[in-house]
Amino acid sequence: MSVITYRQALRETIRAEMHRDENVFLIGEEIGVFEGSYKITEGLLKEFGERRVRDTPIAEEGFVGAAVGAAMLGLRPVVELMTINFSLIAIDQIINHAAKIYGMFGGQNSVPMVIRTPGGGGQQLGATHSQNIELFYSFIPGLKVLAPSTPAEAASMMRAAIRDDDPVLFLENLGLYNSKGEVPEEDDTVAEIGRAAVTREGSDITLIGYSRMATVATRVAESLAEDGISVEVVDLRSLRPLDRETIVASVRKTGCAVVAEDDWLTYGIGAEIAASIQEGAFDFLDAPVRRVAMAEVPMPYAKPLETAALPSVDSITTAIHETLAAVGRRVG
Amino acid sequence: MAETAKSKGGGAKTSGGRKRGRKDSPSGIGAEPPKDLLDYYRQMLLIRRFEERTAQAYTQARIGGYCHLNLGEEATVVGLMTALQERDYLFTNYREHGYALGKGISSRRVMAELYGRTDGVSKGWGGSMHMFDTQVRLLGGYGIVGGQLPLATGAALAVTYKGGDEVVMCQMGDGTTNIGAWHESLNIAALWNLPVVYVVVNNYTGMGTTVERSSAEPELYKRGSAFRIEGERVDGQDVLAVRDAATDLVERARAEQRPFLLETMSHRMKGHSVVDPAKYRTEEQAEEAKGNDPLAAFERQLTEAGVLDDATKKEIADSVKDEVADAADFAENSPHPDVSTLFDYTYATPVANESTRMPADPVFAE
Repeated sequence: MSVITYRQALRETIRAEMHRDENVFLIGEEIGVFEGSYKITEGLLKEFGERRVRDTPIAEEGFVGAAVGAAMLGLRPVVELMTINFSLIAIDQIINHAAKIYGMFGGQNSVPMVIRTPGGGGQQLGATHSQNIELFYSFIPGLKVLAPSTPAEAASMMRAAIRDDDPVLFLENLGLYNSKGEVPEEDDTVAEIGRAAVTREGSDITLIGYSRMATVATRVAESLAEDGISVEVVDLRSLRPLDRETIVASVRKTGCAVVAEDDWLTYGIGAEIAASIQEGAFDFLDAPVRRVAMAEVPMPYAKPLETAALPSVDSITTAIHETLAAVGRRVG
Repeated sequence: MAETAKSKGGGAKTSGGRKRGRKDSPSGIGAEPPKDLLDYYRQMLLIRRFEERTAQAYTQARIGGYCHLNLGEEATVVGLMTALQERDYLFTNYREHGYALGKGISSRRVMAELYGRTDGVSKGWGGSMHMFDTQVRLLGGYGIVGGQLPLATGAALAVTYKGGDEVVMCQMGDGTTNIGAWHESLNIAALWNLPVVYVVVNNYTGMGTTVERSSAEPELYKRGSAFRIEGERVDGQDVLAVRDAATDLVERARAEQRPFLLETMSHRMKGHSVVDPAKYRTEEQAEEAKGNDPLAAFERQLTEAGVLDDATKKEIADSVKDEVADAADFAENSPHPDVSTLFDYTYATPVANESTRMPADPVFAE
């Protein structure tokens, strides 16, 4: 085991996949000479050259679509979109093309590509650069959407995404790039897409999160454990397909649940989780499912406003206490 | 007549200087092998009769959805398809029945797709706008205006990545030159020296909006000049002129490894789609379209040149009539896709927890 950052895990995995498969190439804005806005591709242009690491003009629709076309001819492009906000400019190519080509033509041509992109607020980037719009892609049959929360998962899920024959939206998070975690040496683990994980076992309440919020959920669980509250943490990992069985199995055990999500509440990922829980664990529920989500505003720049708008350890802790109070088994 | 907008070397020299076309060539129709001419004629007639049958089947509710026909574009379609080698790739927009036939898909499988049957080119998943066949390298008709441009550009990137010598042809309508994907794709293709020929089929009207009302530079072949892409305009009603212009650009793209732009001019004989009565057209415009029937013109030329006599004409007409009738029969008798196949093509790599519930199914089956 070695302890590395989420950023290093991504970079090392992409690099190893490029060595493993000649058809894997990188394409995106500022990934080569500039070495990536968030330095995920640092050093890769020098190592692999311009054929494998292709800087693009600022033309998201053009280069995402070009990656789709290249994938149709058997290449395995790994696209970097500087942030998920810019995916909106490429959304026609992602939703109307990448996600449709396999089905719309009767399964004749797969589209093996990865679109890597970070979401996440909390960096004072303002309204257009702080959104969490992974829901748009999680809504679309034909796409697979992954949201790793740890360096080890970032590595094993990137391997899975690159080797998969379908278009994969790979959600990273600005707040996670510097986070550290253990990754096995000489790791070649390939994550199974479509599986959530119980990352911490507990018995009093189920806390569900993904990406950054899965790490916040773990911190909340550790903190509440000191008060004698046993929180089970479910990390969704895969937003499409969604592993409802793992969520529901946990809620059937604990009898109540809170969802923590960085996106907006109305119609958000948490809404789907809550609906799934009521359908799969109706007889086991002792309290309404609560969702802790971002305030429904365009993200403000000013730090106090931004901090207040985002879910936090405190707000999740409050929701858990209130849910347990509703259940009628107060602890501590 | 062909005009060119050369802009190689940085100048925005967009005025049409070079004139090149079949009528100006020393050879002329007399020098063409009669076998080839009759083959083009048959292909054009096949598209004409196929599309007429399509319109009929549509009104009989055998075909659903949107349905855009190539009526009036037969010379363009056949000329363009003749210019491609078998190994070359083709991306088109949604008005592509004729291109599917021209690229080598049987009329049976194209008609079966229109009927939404299992023997259709896309197994009944695509319909009129989404013909696709990996074997003949028609990599899709696309229903979103401009959607095929980034894809075709990326296919050309893959060709160069692999060191291949295929060329990609990307067909579109005149309205497409105003969408963002046009600018992004042409810029990328020129920057990266990609072997792709963009073909704008200018039929003077995007749905009901004329080129002059939608494009600030209505001479569309000049619109590549911003990217130093050489453009050429050709009479889309002259199959030989289209063939020659397209062959020239396809082979130059292959040899020089860079993109080109071809604009073909032809009239749309009917409305935008089968259900469009084209009321926005003046009678004069409608008459002009009718009077510019490329099939009738080619037939007249071939007859005058002594290539097409009455017996041959009847023989070809009968053969085409039989082929179209056979295609419709085949489509009618091809099975509808079984509902049990509904989830067969969502993902190429099987995945855990894929939802395969039907509308009224519970999310959790007990």
